[in-house]
Amino acid sequence: MAEYKKADGMIDWLDQRLAVKKLMKVMMTEYWIPKNINFLWAMGVVLVVLFKILIISGIFLLMYYKPDINSAFDSVNYTIMQEVEYGWLWRHVHGVAASAIFLIIYIHMFTGIYYGSYKKGREIIWLTGMALFGIFSAEAFSGYMLPWGQMSYWAAQVITNLFGGIPVIGEALVIWIRGDFLVADATLTRFFMLHVLLLPLAIILLIAVHFYALRFPHVNNQDAEEFDFDKEAKKYLDGKTKESKVVPFWPVFLSKDFFVVGVFLTVFFYLVCYHYDFAMDPINFEPANNMKTPAHIYPEWYFLWSYEVLRGFFFDIGGVAAMDIGLAAFGFANVIFMILPFLDRNPYHVAPAHQRPLFKYWFWILVLDMIVLTVYGKLPPTGNNAWVGFYAALTFIVLFIALPIITKMEAKCQGGDK
Amino acid sequence: MAVEQSRRDFIGMAFGGVAAVGGVIALGAMKKTWDPLPSVQSAGFITVDLSPMSEGDMKTLQWRGKPIFILKKTADMKKNEKRDVVAGNKDYTVIIGLCTHLGCIPTWTPATKQFKCACHGGEFDASGVNTFGPPPRPMDIPPFKIDGEKLVLGEEGPEYKKLVSKKA
Amino acid sequence: MREFKILGVVLFFTALIYWGVEPFAHSQMHPHVDPADFAFKDLGATDKKGDAAKGAENFMAAGCIGCHGVSSQGLVAPMDNAAASVAFGVVPPDLSTAGTLYDKNFLIALIKEPTKALKVEHKFSEAKPHPMVQFFGLGGDINQEVADIVAYLQSIAPKDIDNKKVFEDACQRCHDMKYDKVFSTSQKDALKAYMGTTPPDLSMMIRAKSKDYLSTFINNPQKQLAGTSMPRVGLTEVSQNKVIAYMEKVGDRKKAERDDLGYKLIAYMALFTLLAYLWKVKIWKKVH
Repeated sequence: MAEYKKADGMIDWLDQRLAVKKLMKVMMTEYWIPKNINFLWAMGVVLVVLFKILIISGIFLLMYYKPDINSAFDSVNYTIMQEVEYGWLWRHVHGVAASAIFLIIYIHMFTGIYYGSYKKGREIIWLTGMALFGIFSAEAFSGYMLPWGQMSYWAAQVITNLFGGIPVIGEALVIWIRGDFLVADATLTRFFMLHVLLLPLAIILLIAVHFYALRFPHVNNQDAEEFDFDKEAKKYLDGKTKESKVVPFWPVFLSKDFFVVGVFLTVFFYLVCYHYDFAMDPINFEPANNMKTPAHIYPEWYFLWSYEVLRGFFFDIGGVAAMDIGLAAFGFANVIFMILPFLDRNPYHVAPAHQRPLFKYWFWILVLDMIVLTVYGKLPPTGNNAWVGFYAALTFIVLFIALPIITKMEAKCQGGDK
Repeated sequence: MAVEQSRRDFIGMAFGGVAAVGGVIALGAMKKTWDPLPSVQSAGFITVDLSPMSEGDMKTLQWRGKPIFILKKTADMKKNEKRDVVAGNKDYTVIIGLCTHLGCIPTWTPATKQFKCACHGGEFDASGVNTFGPPPRPMDIPPFKIDGEKLVLGEEGPEYKKLVSKKA
Repeated sequence: MREFKILGVVLFFTALIYWGVEPFAHSQMHPHVDPADFAFKDLGATDKKGDAAKGAENFMAAGCIGCHGVSSQGLVAPMDNAAASVAFGVVPPDLSTAGTLYDKNFLIALIKEPTKALKVEHKFSEAKPHPMVQFFGLGGDINQEVADIVAYLQSIAPKDIDNKKVFEDACQRCHDMKYDKVFSTSQKDALKAYMGTTPPDLSMMIRAKSKDYLSTFINNPQKQLAGTSMPRVGLTEVSQNKVIAYMEKVGDRKKAERDDLGYKLIAYMALFTLLAYLWKVKIWKKVH
């Protein structure tokens, strides 16, 4: 048992019982982060802030939202938006934050790809990160259903229909997911459960593992330089703060994060109050009508690249139906990022993309391809648009098939693993 | 912390202060979100037209989820200066119809001109004053305002304030 | 400086995606339409000067009150809403305010050729006639007679009508505004049979469609929704703007509060960011 003596102050009293001083050192003042980083390294904290904003605004929405197909729309658009004090604010904040969080997720994800932060000990950070992307996607999808507008209904209809493409069990699976033959009250309430309880818990759990996994290989830096963290930490603690290659999480790393968060939130609140149609699509202000599909339906912007891969294959190839090819491609696209660490055949060499002769082209072609897929995913898929979509979707698949090849070639040029 | 601060961290305190103020303001907005909705608050005010009532009539209605008894007194029902609600020169008993013992709703028995509570036998007279049994005090008078021959429940009018101070 | 370059790249790609997904895509989905035509040029303009007194006589002789009430003149509609719904599919409008709400040339054209003015020729024919019967004149110069009738309607209509009343007279026959506890005067079943579909509740329409869309749509529904059953109602620009203002009041009641709070939130965050920056500089001075 620990020794307990009279405490000399509150911190000491807590420290004897909860080891708060050690906790502070491990989590904050002696958690060492490389100095050679840029503002992209702040995206993680921005994500935590956005997640917190989503939870808090969600709590207040939850007080008044009614998850029933007859009351849902009005509980949001009348009660919350017009009756509840600041209800409109929580709703706008929640919608804009949901859209913004995906922008930051993509920036964060591509930062990791660019700097090689997915390999050499960081695979689990990458895997939990991609799992978080998947769970956040499910969270966004389930959340979008809740206002029960036209987009809510038809997005649910189309996406649940997708599962029908799975051989043998497809049709039964669709009915099982929906809890009914069509998207109905049963569907709404179970997606409400997912959105409010199960998925947030899964997210919190994954974030914990994501943070934990980060501690062992340490945070990466702009040049992927490997150095002795203990040695650099000692330099810092000895007062050689300018010489040391590391800084403590608190207050140094976080002070820069707070500034980045400040800039971000300034833009964020501008969007919340003055420019929110991109996040709260007008079409969703029409109540759901299961007998009338809107003239234009499309998913939220962050799903567009994936949606375009799905519909990019619009003609049969070699006897296989277009719909099946699309579905397979869609499945591929949503899983392939996960196994990125294993597709990279030079797994023990970490370098930023600009120092990798072939990977740098691969990276920027991927970024451009995904932007093309995103924009064309929004456009009506007719005429030339369909062909652009086809080639963009094909490029995406080819890029990932090519990745093992080009990374192997890079490995050979370097003369073996480091 | 490894690095000692030799001077007060003014900028840090200013930053922390601004952040804290922002947090408090956010909490204020959150508090307001919990407030009862306008539709709920307005339903807390009900106007009752007393003119169609005849003497001896006992009217029951709901106000803020509670039963309200309005009794137009007959000549032989004793005046109660401290509790009568006077509108259009007539005396009324206006009470929250909940027994002050444990909250059951007493029944008006016109024959005996009493409110009798079935739960534990409590009895109240035509002015709502407890006369027998466990109830510790007369039935409560709801906040009201008189508007000619109309009674507005929920608003504290001058007549209400006078009655309340009289009892004290 | 490298950080500024990186920021530039990030902002560039974000802006590119935003442009492609929002303004560009929406311009592809909703091609530009001509602005609203409040002169109703396709109906022509009258050169007749209307005489309100003659118009009052013509109005009674023409038999308008066989279907229409004029409550401000004490003329009650012959059928109540329920009976009218069953008989016509929709309740005929009371004409007390018609002279101010609707354009003069529109009214003239409407009386002579209802389906043409209303732009519902695609829905009605000999086999399925429009409930409002064409006016064939009283024996004289029909154009003068109609101009007189319209002058009469203009003379009895109040000049300034409040936003909600404009909506009630011009739109409420078919549309609900349930968030303001306003419901269509025509019965829903009859309306559905008459129109082919139930006219939508308009409570949130101001947010479902932009103001621009509504301006061109109300003025000529066929422009935005070719083939729709909604008639061109013939509102003047002033009256149409009142309808839109009413829709904004019902569907976006907190707009003023939102516009006001926005500045304060941005100003607070700017202050926060400035202090964060100053603190960051102070902390990092020891470290660079």
